[in-house]
Amino acid sequence: MRFIMKLNYDEDLRLFRYRSTFFWYLALVLGLLILPAILDNYFVSLLNFIAIYSVASIGMMLLTGYTGQVSLGHAAFLAMGSYTSAILTTKGCPFLVALPISGIFAALVGIVIGLPALRLSGLYLAIATMGFAFIVDEILVRWESLTRGNLGIYLSSPSIGPLTFDSEKSFYYLGLAILILTLLAAKNILRSPTGRAMIAIRDSEVAAQTMGINLAKYKTVAFALSAFFTGIAGSLYAHKVTFINPESYTLLVSIELLVMIIIGGLGSLHGAIYGTAFVILLPQLIILTKDHLPSFVRDQTGLEAGLYGLMIILFILFEPLGLYGRWLKTKFYFETFPLYKKETFKKEKKFYKAERH
Amino acid sequence: MVPLVDELLQTVLAGIATGCIYGLVALGFVLIYKATEVVNFAQGELMMLGAFFAYSFITFLNLPYWTAFLLTVILMGVLGMLLERAVLRPLIGEPVFAIVMVTIGVGIFCRSAVSMIPGWGTDTLGFKTPFGEKFLRPGGLVISWEHLAIIILTTTLIFGLYCFFRFTRLGVAMRATSQNQLAAAYMGISVRRVFSLTWIISAAVAAFAGILLSPFTFVHMNMGFIGLKAFPAAVLGGFGSIPGAIIGGLIIGITENFAGVYLPMGWKDVAAYIILILVLMIRPEGLFGIQEKKKV
Repeated sequence: MRFIMKLNYDEDLRLFRYRSTFFWYLALVLGLLILPAILDNYFVSLLNFIAIYSVASIGMMLLTGYTGQVSLGHAAFLAMGSYTSAILTTKGCPFLVALPISGIFAALVGIVIGLPALRLSGLYLAIATMGFAFIVDEILVRWESLTRGNLGIYLSSPSIGPLTFDSEKSFYYLGLAILILTLLAAKNILRSPTGRAMIAIRDSEVAAQTMGINLAKYKTVAFALSAFFTGIAGSLYAHKVTFINPESYTLLVSIELLVMIIIGGLGSLHGAIYGTAFVILLPQLIILTKDHLPSFVRDQTGLEAGLYGLMIILFILFEPLGLYGRWLKTKFYFETFPLYKKETFKKEKKFYKAERH
Repeated sequence: MVPLVDELLQTVLAGIATGCIYGLVALGFVLIYKATEVVNFAQGELMMLGAFFAYSFITFLNLPYWTAFLLTVILMGVLGMLLERAVLRPLIGEPVFAIVMVTIGVGIFCRSAVSMIPGWGTDTLGFKTPFGEKFLRPGGLVISWEHLAIIILTTTLIFGLYCFFRFTRLGVAMRATSQNQLAAAYMGISVRRVFSLTWIISAAVAAFAGILLSPFTFVHMNMGFIGLKAFPAAVLGGFGSIPGAIIGGLIIGITENFAGVYLPMGWKDVAAYIILILVLMIRPEGLFGIQEKKKV
């Protein structure tokens, strides 16, 4: 085990706790930069989707994992980002302008949703955001003069100045750059007073209020930030698949985003990315193993959905801390080698009524 | 009678019938929420499973409608108990949200399982009911027996449940547990058994709703999505109140039918959610709920 002696507050707030951490992250980024040279287009495409959804799940993590506000309507923010970007770029606006605008627009909608949500908590909030997502979906279908309804919108690959990101490998660098920027932004938000206020709200609203934290303000900020990142992801997604229609933004997408952060591990940015990678790669893994299965299993259309549902159940039953929790446990096992105790990670179970009394 | 009044009454009647179904699904949510503080997102899927069981009993085993009805409700009750025992009980004490995600997982799993079972699959199926194709014509109205059956059977079920909660020891124990688990446990009530029973009743009510609904939407793997419309009903009624769930369901059902008749396309599908968001903005505790202050 390593112990670190902190001599002043700046050290406590440092972005990387150890100098070696910085080194390893640098190595990781360099490794990721040369990855497209080794992999073929299929895997690069998967990595692109992981990058796009990671941006969205980081947004989700800020809201659900760090502020404790559960949303079942993030598909709507994703749709906001996609449609804003699609409409702007088809009208001749450059991608580099449309990208932040789609994030900002989603954030504005997030504030509007966040305001009534301030009075709600827990399940009520989840249900309210779900209702909101249904309404947005219906608007996208019906407002045909703007969104072309179910016909959808075709859009071009993103381009910045002379650079066009029209192949999988070139898009990879765009996605990676935005993901790294998002991660840095999220990490910085979390160590700022805003982030600390958000975490305080998650742990206890009453205690946070007692400490002088303005609940309304920080919940709205959390909603806006979360919607902003999700909107950016939506814009990227639209330009990646170059065709969008309302069917890409159903309740299932919102659930998928939630599943990502739960499987990854609530309350950690690592978890957001692990979870996203897991959820994106799982169906591909099923497809790869399908060839080895007997045909009566292989030909089932519902197989992937079924395994997906089963995955959620098993993860929450047996690994509630998620993939990141599993990683921490493994690391802890080796750090304290012969002395590992299972109880270290045992959570205190609450048997009293938490929400109502 | 004047045609306009006829049309209004007709719309209200159809709305009441749809509303009863919403109300029954909402009732399932409320029962589980009251007892265990978990919202069961798989309630709609339990309803779907009920409809599929009834279909199998009637079509494959050639059982009479009412026998199939009874068997399905019992079978679903058992299934509800198994679900609680296998999945929900190990999670007691975990964060509420994790448990909700598990129910979402159960819902997804049920849908895909149904699509894999031979004879069920992804097709749209239907079965004969004793009420089919028969109509009552008082005045200028046309009332189908199927609508009437929903209304009558729902009323009977609600009355039965009311008596159960009001007059039986078990019912009182369940109410006590929903008020305070710890105090109930001190009084010698087995909280675990109450949780089991809650899931049994709730799954049975879902099956009941599924069988009644199937003449209208037919039996298919996505019929459970109607469960999502029951959320507004439950919220409108106050999420902790059994009469509230039914009345909420009726209001949603009637509004939806009116929106379908008098408003442009698309409003019918979102009417329920617009009501939901309005209720949450104006009166989050719903019509019959009590706003409970959180104690630290």
